[in-house]
Amino acid sequence: MKFPWQRERKQQELEQELQSHLQMAANDRAERGESVDRAQQAARREFGNVELVQQVTRDQWGWLWLEELFQDLRYGARTLRKNPGFTLVAVLTLALGIGANTAIFSVVNGVLLNPLPYPYPEQLVTLHESKPNFEFGSISYPNFRDWRKDNRTFSSMAISRRIAFSLTGVGEAEQVRARFISSDFFSTVGVNPVLGRDFAPGEDEIGAAPIALISAGFWKRKFGSSPDVLGKSLTLDGRNYTIVGVVPANFDLFLRSLQVAEIYVPIGQWSNPMLPKRGAGLGFHGIARLKPGVGIDQARADMSEVTRNLTAAYPDDDKGVGASLIPLRQDMLGNVQPILLVLSAAVAFVLLIACVNVANLLLARSTGRSREFAIRTALGAGQGRILRQLLTESVLLALAGGALGLALAQWGTQAALKHLPADLPRAAGIGLDARVLIFTAVVSLLAGTLFGLAPALKTRTPELHNALKEGGRGASATRHRAQSVFVVVEMAMALVLLIGAGLMIRTMTHLWNVDPGFRPQNVMTFGISLPPSMMNASPDAIRAAVRELDARLAATPGVAAMAQTWETLPLGSDDEKVFWFDGQPKPASQNDMNWTIDYVVGPGYLQTMGISLQRGRFFTAQDNERAPLVVVIDDVFARKYFGTENPLGKGILFSDTGKRSEIVGVVGHVNQWGLDSDDTQQLRAEVYIPCMQMPDAYIAMVPSGMGVVVRAANNTAGLLDSIRSTSQQMSGQQVLFGAQTMDQIIADSLAARRFSMILLGIFAALALLLSSVGIYGVISYLVGQRTQEIGIRVALGARRWDVLRLVLSHSVQMAVLGVLIGVAASLALTRLMDKMLYGVSATDPITFFAVAIILTCVALAASYIPARRAMRVDPIIALRYE
Amino acid sequence: MAPRYQNRIELLQGTLDLLILQTLQWGPQHGYGISQAIRANSGEILQVDTGSLYPALHRLEHQKWISADWKVSENKQRVRVYRLSATGKKQLLSERSRWEQLSDAMAGVLSPAKRGGQA
Repeated sequence: MKFPWQRERKQQELEQELQSHLQMAANDRAERGESVDRAQQAARREFGNVELVQQVTRDQWGWLWLEELFQDLRYGARTLRKNPGFTLVAVLTLALGIGANTAIFSVVNGVLLNPLPYPYPEQLVTLHESKPNFEFGSISYPNFRDWRKDNRTFSSMAISRRIAFSLTGVGEAEQVRARFISSDFFSTVGVNPVLGRDFAPGEDEIGAAPIALISAGFWKRKFGSSPDVLGKSLTLDGRNYTIVGVVPANFDLFLRSLQVAEIYVPIGQWSNPMLPKRGAGLGFHGIARLKPGVGIDQARADMSEVTRNLTAAYPDDDKGVGASLIPLRQDMLGNVQPILLVLSAAVAFVLLIACVNVANLLLARSTGRSREFAIRTALGAGQGRILRQLLTESVLLALAGGALGLALAQWGTQAALKHLPADLPRAAGIGLDARVLIFTAVVSLLAGTLFGLAPALKTRTPELHNALKEGGRGASATRHRAQSVFVVVEMAMALVLLIGAGLMIRTMTHLWNVDPGFRPQNVMTFGISLPPSMMNASPDAIRAAVRELDARLAATPGVAAMAQTWETLPLGSDDEKVFWFDGQPKPASQNDMNWTIDYVVGPGYLQTMGISLQRGRFFTAQDNERAPLVVVIDDVFARKYFGTENPLGKGILFSDTGKRSEIVGVVGHVNQWGLDSDDTQQLRAEVYIPCMQMPDAYIAMVPSGMGVVVRAANNTAGLLDSIRSTSQQMSGQQVLFGAQTMDQIIADSLAARRFSMILLGIFAALALLLSSVGIYGVISYLVGQRTQEIGIRVALGARRWDVLRLVLSHSVQMAVLGVLIGVAASLALTRLMDKMLYGVSATDPITFFAVAIILTCVALAASYIPARRAMRVDPIIALRYE
Repeated sequence: MAPRYQNRIELLQGTLDLLILQTLQWGPQHGYGISQAIRANSGEILQVDTGSLYPALHRLEHQKWISADWKVSENKQRVRVYRLSATGKKQLLSERSRWEQLSDAMAGVLSPAKRGGQA
């Protein structure tokens, strides 16, 4: 590698070298007897013009590459400046392509590529209990303790469960998200408190002192990040917990089963009488760290032995119970990975189309430049040199496009992040970092080389003679063939993207048309907790408070109907019960009983949610704690267990109480598991239980938080405010939390798909736009080239229709070829989207057909504009032209 | 630019290269020495023009057939000395055989009778 300053030194050396030559020649002459003066004069004369010799010698050094590069860049920049229209279109096209790629890559980078922020993250797995209806069910506390004790493949194992606490005493009373954790939860993940200490082993036992870890956000919000927070006490549900540490701000596992919280307390603090029961899942999920060098399969084998032994020891509770392990990374990112990969492929296509378009522009422009290159060749420029010049120009274009694309991506990512599905993990880590910048630079350079290469290779064989002679109309036939091939490729790629977008749109239409079994419009849900003074109240007092709350809420202006809903919310939380039928002997183990989703609701639930009543009746206020126990089932339950038999009047017994409840009504099925996947779930039977008939032990837990659904008389706007004021009138310490409209819950459940649909739609629209610009350009070029021919045809009597057909037939050929190739490619590629689709196959003929028609029409429309120009060709002008 | 010199370089190129490489085979030499040696060995017939010599030397150096070093001559002068490289030696052999073929061919064309007589 040589640099300009080296060239300067070389210049000085050359001068010295020539001087020494002169000196030696003069010395020789002087030795032969000439006088010194004459000898020097003669030597100089013999030597010739020193300057000239220097110059021709320097020419032999060759241009140093850097100097050449600067020359090429200067020349390229000048050429691009001279064609502002071309440059603008090319740079914008590339900016769109590169920008879209940069944006998607920055998401992929932030979400998939950046390493997880824990030590040895590959050792972490999430832990679930597999049981008959749930592969990833919740773990019972006694089972967890045995798993932790008996396993041989984990260095540590922890579990956690979410809980909501009413926080009083620090500012206004509020509901806070909290988690019960086993002592080693944070040490398993590898997270250390930023202040204070972690829980010590044994501090999670039942009866241990109440202590708490708080999140950095909570620390800041409530204590202004003051370091003397340690040792202070927090009043949660009326109990005092001592703060022992602060969890780092960035701690998050991005898991639905292990969401972050503001407060963490040891499991032993949970006063749930079910905790020590082996058969009770209670919503615990686990995280565990594999011993170094242990693989997931080895761990699975180990755990299946552990659970087999437990099944043998506790057949009643643990029959059919196993452990499910998922690598943390997969659990966290398994859902988004396919979406991001499909989107990456889609943007790569957009960039390819952009490249092809710019290549086409360059190709069309090289028509005008073949003369320029012929002249430069004649003046002594090598072919390599011209090739390099062309590549320099295209790389220059690509870098300009890349810079603009980076700005677009930065803006686009910010905009897209606002519409991201709420559960996109690690969204906070998305942004421009060194890797994204390198990616953009590399993509720009690759793109520049890619689209620059085609026209450059085309000009590699300049027919010097023809180019100079014909004024640049030499190789038009081969060039237009190349352009047509480009357009066909473009159309094929656009078709693939359009089909992808079409399939997503069909999926979304199907999902929007799915009847969820209830009417979500104007329904709002929220949680409410009673004042801390109610926490230890008697069940009767709690029931009275709930009735009072119901009456006040129902009387609130704008409320058309309301109901308590304590366990399960469609598309949200869920709870299950096991039962057997009246008249059967009680099965020996829970695993021989039947499973059902249970909804614990108030009498207004059916009306509030808009669920249809099919037989019998729904609950009334009279179905209370003193009345006979009743339940209502859904039609799936009725069909599954009663077939055509009438279920009304039959009885079922729940395993937790063992008491008989009579079926008094049948209602329509509600899609508990989401609009898309409900049909494919094993557990779909649903049962409704009246709130007031729940056992006293259960009622005792109600004051800390109960769910409510409300139907608005007109709309949900402003409804929350009037409900809040009703609640405030009842008690200032009553906390309202987690308000959401049902519409929002449904929209959120579709967010990931909607996001992919919108992005694929945008990319497909871009592809369609770019490829129609491409076909427009080629047809325009063709018409321009054939003006003379068309003039002659018209002069010979061709009608306008014939001219139109002549021009359009070419674009029809390109479109049909593009569609055929695109369909073939789509058949192979849309399979990748299988998991994102609903109600439509990856090779849906309607989508394929419709998209093919649309693309052909757009292609024809794009070529119609230049074709009309051809129709208007005046033979006299056309023939005089040239 | 110097069209006059350029034309002559092109004219002489192959021949001059051969002469330079052949001269350097006897040992490292500076530019002036090379031109003097060619002149002496050709019986004063071949006069190498500096405007051809130095471009040729620098081109051969660029092609790595010869390499150059600064040395101090007997009369205490700094001179740039050229030396034949390994690839230059190979090049010399092939150029020499080409030159011999060419001169044989030329000789054959110019005096066919003599050639035939020898055969």
